Amino acid sequence: MSSRAQPADPVAAAVAHAFRDERAIVLATLIRQAGDFQLAEDAVQDAFEAAVTQWRRDGIPANPGAWITTIARRRAIDRLRRNRSITDRAERLAELTRLGTDEEPSMDDESTIVDDRLRLIFTCCHPALDMSARVALTLRALGGLTTGEIARAFLVAEPTMGKRIVRAKRKIADAGIPYRVPADEELPDRLRGVLRVVYLIFNEGYAAVEGDSLVREELCDEAIRLGDLLCRLMPDDAEAWGLSALMLLHDARRAARVDAGGRYVALEAQDRSLWNQDRIRDGLAKLDRAVRLRRPGEYQLQAAITALQMQAPDEQSTDWAQIAELYGALVALNPSPVVELNRAVAVGLASGPEAGLEVLEPLLGEPGLERYQPLHAAHAELLSRAGDAAGAAGAYDRAIALTANAVERAELERRMGALG
Amino acid sequence: MSQYMLLVYEEEVEAAEQAEREKVTLALVELHRSLRDAGLLVGVRRLRSTESATSVRVRDGHTEIVDGPFAVTKERLAGYYVLECADLDEAIKQAERMPMADWATIEVRPVMPAAEWVNTARQAGVDVPDKAVEDLA
Repeated sequence: MSSRAQPADPVAAAVAHAFRDERAIVLATLIRQAGDFQLAEDAVQDAFEAAVTQWRRDGIPANPGAWITTIARRRAIDRLRRNRSITDRAERLAELTRLGTDEEPSMDDESTIVDDRLRLIFTCCHPALDMSARVALTLRALGGLTTGEIARAFLVAEPTMGKRIVRAKRKIADAGIPYRVPADEELPDRLRGVLRVVYLIFNEGYAAVEGDSLVREELCDEAIRLGDLLCRLMPDDAEAWGLSALMLLHDARRAARVDAGGRYVALEAQDRSLWNQDRIRDGLAKLDRAVRLRRPGEYQLQAAITALQMQAPDEQSTDWAQIAELYGALVALNPSPVVELNRAVAVGLASGPEAGLEVLEPLLGEPGLERYQPLHAAHAELLSRAGDAAGAAGAYDRAIALTANAVERAELERRMGALG
Repeated sequence: MSQYMLLVYEEEVEAAEQAEREKVTLALVELHRSLRDAGLLVGVRRLRSTESATSVRVRDGHTEIVDGPFAVTKERLAGYYVLECADLDEAIKQAERMPMADWATIEVRPVMPAAEWVNTARQAGVDVPDKAVEDLA
């Protein structure tokens, strides 16, 4: 919202505040009541625009959320009256008008709000939508991000992102994507899909160093907020807690993972005093909660591995045996050569380079990993520690040839030079 | 008598050109009525745009759901169903139940209700009578 630019103005600040805290809740409810995503969003937008002028004239209402809800509902009715192309217009109007006769609406009770937001999450993350549309729609509808902010975060032009969002909303309406929490038998699958969208949002903000860093931080914060929300909405789901923990533990290291020159800093070289202790505490508490539910899953395992790496004061005192075991559990859940490589490295640190090589060597035949630089770098490292300098030099050669990053190349060349 | 399925393929066009195309609605009302009167019409439906399409297939017992229509390849169109479903999730569930979903791809395309068809034509400036709803689909 434009009001973000002028926090000194109390009305603009109140509108911005309501936008951040209430918009998603009001929108979620209105979508259910109006039965139309686009119409509800337009009506909520109208209400926030009206708030700027009316609150300036009449003062800020005692309950801004209730004010926005009432006005948005009225604007939805106005828009429905004007739009003759909607086939079941009459029924929708009757429903909205019935709700609107209560002029001073008591805010809907907590459980309805929870249900509405859950419904909205499942709609936005529906598998019949393109993945990029799921991400954009979730950020737009459940996070407080504008189309422009989402476009900047994903490095696409604003009209492109706008079209993507409009198209997704049209598909929801035209294809009849339901606005409800999936039935029990579909729920585990669909919830996994929702968690994947949230993690993708987080990674988009976390993984890339390029782009507008402020917007990227906002993506991480937004993903963490969504993770929190999912924990509150589905407190019995261990993976929701696991994902939340994983994101918090990664995010705790945000300041330490890039040096003054903007270069990536590996975990073992990070300045630990830069780690955010609040985030770590929060992440560990969530991981604990996840583990107590006794339903292991990928996010919990990844969070547990990250926690072990972070809790040890340095690489030598890290519990690599347990990390290797956790990677083993991860591979069993989701067989992936990249995870298996991580296991090989952990085994190499826990039980010696020969044991690590035994896990790693079968991966050298994986066609998908042939050009995967970390495989050859890890291979070189293990061979070097096992005393095979010639073999290590060959593997470093391959790793260096696959490296596009200058800092990485310099480090690999240094290690190769140290082989003697 | 044998049954034949006639499939209408068309290029999707910009809104202005589509509005121009809507003008055939009145001719279609006549056509469908004459087919029905002659006892030839088993069923006719207008589909929404491919933008609202979803493709469903089952591989190794796992359902894959993809946004978009089935890409044109060497596969052939082997048949069709028109089902009455509460929403897309139910349509997907029925697609999953089809044994050929194990090798085929089931394209789920929402049907445009006849009333909306009339609305669409009217918005394009075509004067469609109310009773056309019964003739169109």
